[in-house]
Amino acid sequence: MYHSGIEAPKGVWWKPIHGSEKIWIAIAFGWCLVLFAMMPLWHLRGGQNPAGIRHRVTAAAYATRVGEFIADYQVGEDKGYPVVEPPPGSEVYLQASMWSWLPVLKLHEGEEYTLHLSSLDVNHGFSLFPVNVNFQVVPGYDYALRVKPNASGEFSILCNEFCGIGHHLMVGKVIVVPKGAPTGAAR
Amino acid sequence: MTAAMRSCPSTGLRIHPQADALIKANAVAATIALLIGGIAALLVLLTRWQAVHLLDAVWFYRVLTVHGMNMLIFFMLFFEMAVLYFAAAPLLSARLPAPALGWVAFALMTSGALLVNWTMWTGQADVLFTSYVPLRAEPPYYFGVILFAVGALIVVGHFFATIVIAKREHAYEGSLPLVTYGALTAAIIATVTLLHGALVYIPTWLWSMGLIEIDPSFYRLIWWGLGHSSQQINVAAMVSIWYLLAAFTVGGVVLNEKVSRIAFVLYILFISMASAHHLLVDPGFGPAWKIWNTSYFMYMAVLASMIHGFTVPAGIEVGLRLRGATQGLFGWLSRAPWGDPGFSSLILSLTVFGFVGGITGVTFGTEQINIIAHNTLRIPGHFHATVVSGTAMAFMGITYYLVPLIFRREIAFFPLARIQPYLFGFGMLIFSMAMTFAGSFGVPRRHWDITFSQAPFGVEFSPAVDLVIGVMAIGGLLAIAGGAAYILVTVTSVFFGKRLAEGESGRGAVGKGLPLGLVSPPRALTAADDGSALPPHALGIAPGTMVLVGVFLAAFITYYFVNWKLLSVVWKVG
Repeated sequence: MYHSGIEAPKGVWWKPIHGSEKIWIAIAFGWCLVLFAMMPLWHLRGGQNPAGIRHRVTAAAYATRVGEFIADYQVGEDKGYPVVEPPPGSEVYLQASMWSWLPVLKLHEGEEYTLHLSSLDVNHGFSLFPVNVNFQVVPGYDYALRVKPNASGEFSILCNEFCGIGHHLMVGKVIVVPKGAPTGAAR
Repeated sequence: MTAAMRSCPSTGLRIHPQADALIKANAVAATIALLIGGIAALLVLLTRWQAVHLLDAVWFYRVLTVHGMNMLIFFMLFFEMAVLYFAAAPLLSARLPAPALGWVAFALMTSGALLVNWTMWTGQADVLFTSYVPLRAEPPYYFGVILFAVGALIVVGHFFATIVIAKREHAYEGSLPLVTYGALTAAIIATVTLLHGALVYIPTWLWSMGLIEIDPSFYRLIWWGLGHSSQQINVAAMVSIWYLLAAFTVGGVVLNEKVSRIAFVLYILFISMASAHHLLVDPGFGPAWKIWNTSYFMYMAVLASMIHGFTVPAGIEVGLRLRGATQGLFGWLSRAPWGDPGFSSLILSLTVFGFVGGITGVTFGTEQINIIAHNTLRIPGHFHATVVSGTAMAFMGITYYLVPLIFRREIAFFPLARIQPYLFGFGMLIFSMAMTFAGSFGVPRRHWDITFSQAPFGVEFSPAVDLVIGVMAIGGLLAIAGGAAYILVTVTSVFFGKRLAEGESGRGAVGKGLPLGLVSPPRALTAADDGSALPPHALGIAPGTMVLVGVFLAAFITYYFVNWKLLSVVWKVG
């Protein structure tokens, strides 16, 4: 006989499973294996992975590196923020702090860069708008991701990790110039 | 001890008066937390709805912190403490070994909750629910959380002791009922979770006083050992309540004890890895660690939920079929007591948790797909479908049975109680789906102003976002109305409701304010009810459920692969 979940089962309840229940468990297990396999598979075949190069860095060292990066490749200024155009293939440094992204980046469509992210104070969230690509920016850690812009235009960087009262002011900018446009160094 | 216990005429359960009192106290505390969290919910909603934009930035983040702590910690855990007492003492007809300890724990939890609320409302803890170091709150905030957690840990220990003593004193025969077994898994997960809580909040408390240093990445790891595992307490408690409500409302059966119990064990074994979900796009951890942990080791905890997602409705179906609802595939559904708020809550909880919360959770928790979900509105969209539409909905449903059984009162405003689950359930469904949809445009969560009117560079979301946020607001307001109805009904019932005399609420009792499962309980099954009398069906013992889980799987596969497709078109990154 059957009983409900509030009755204490008496005797041996280790009984064979119904056929349909068994089938569902097998299907569900198979699906779980697909879910599991997709992740390593995407590392091999897919173009978007949160792997990157990760190491520790102090806020002071990172700020210094960002300063050098700006000094090396600055090509202009936008609303008081330096606009920096690094050569394709180079290391790009983006600094998050309460409540700004520094500097404004000028990148080339179809070129690969190694984008470093770190914070000088609290946790921040890198959110590329309107592409909707999101990474956590943790103080004390340098997260270097190889990125390849696949369209030209102006993009914003939102902060999507709460970082204090000025959180909503924290918007940065990325300009992606079309393929074939002259580089900053050439101009 | 037995003589001092009250016997419940409806269910035959014997209830220890001290357990009674502790269930009541914890349930009342839970409701107060729900009220505070609910008011905060309204304020947050009316601010995120940019057309209204009610609060200023300071109060928005402050009230958001209040909302998270009161709902996710105080409401949930106080209610779970009540469920633990209920699953141990009345369900086993057992006594509590140390009622005084129960009151010590209650005092600790209450003072912790008060301390935390005081610090939050006075602006000493504008750090949001997660309080990521190095954002800093004043030390009493962390101390309040510690007090609360210690209290909860004592209740969990007391629960274990109750079960051991019930067995030793032969309070029940045979094995633990499945519902108590499920509550036991919740308690075991709670132990692991609360230890993580101690491991993170005690150092953070010391750090807030300037005594030690804490690594921000270490904090995120251990905090989510608390933060995500605590959601698994909610899941295990919710699934136990599904089985409980199925038993009370329609005499739902346990298809196979072995299967359901193994599924609960899978939660215990694989859940503590879940903290990785929150760290998928973090710099502190490598891909192998992320894949291994996010998948709960090959998604064994997801498997567990998919098993319960079959066995609970199948148990309901078989329970109803055995009682004569044998027509067609879905005759059992049309014969089901949809006007019983316990039953409608159960079905809404099960459906929205599975279809919206479960599917989005697994999808967003995939290592790479997290890139297009992390910290967007997709995340609160997901967890409002799990912990609110799922767990809170189940808690509301069981309340309609606990009030007559434990508080010995009729349900006040019963017609309102009958529609309350629909109001809350559908409101939350609309709210969480709209939120998830808005998040797929990259709308950030925890954000005061997505018009970015004061930011240096402009950000203009697609006009569709305005529409979706409007829909979200409507769903949220419906859900808040449903939550307010719940508080009105339960508070009025408990303090002013018509008292039930001894012997009332039993079989056939005519109470205007009693759910159908008490007024006309499902027929008791006999040895003849072994299913052999049911017409055989090609789809097995529960053919209707088989079709429904097929629909679920199709939705799951579709949503999952659509998200891979969406991911594949963004910038190459890695």
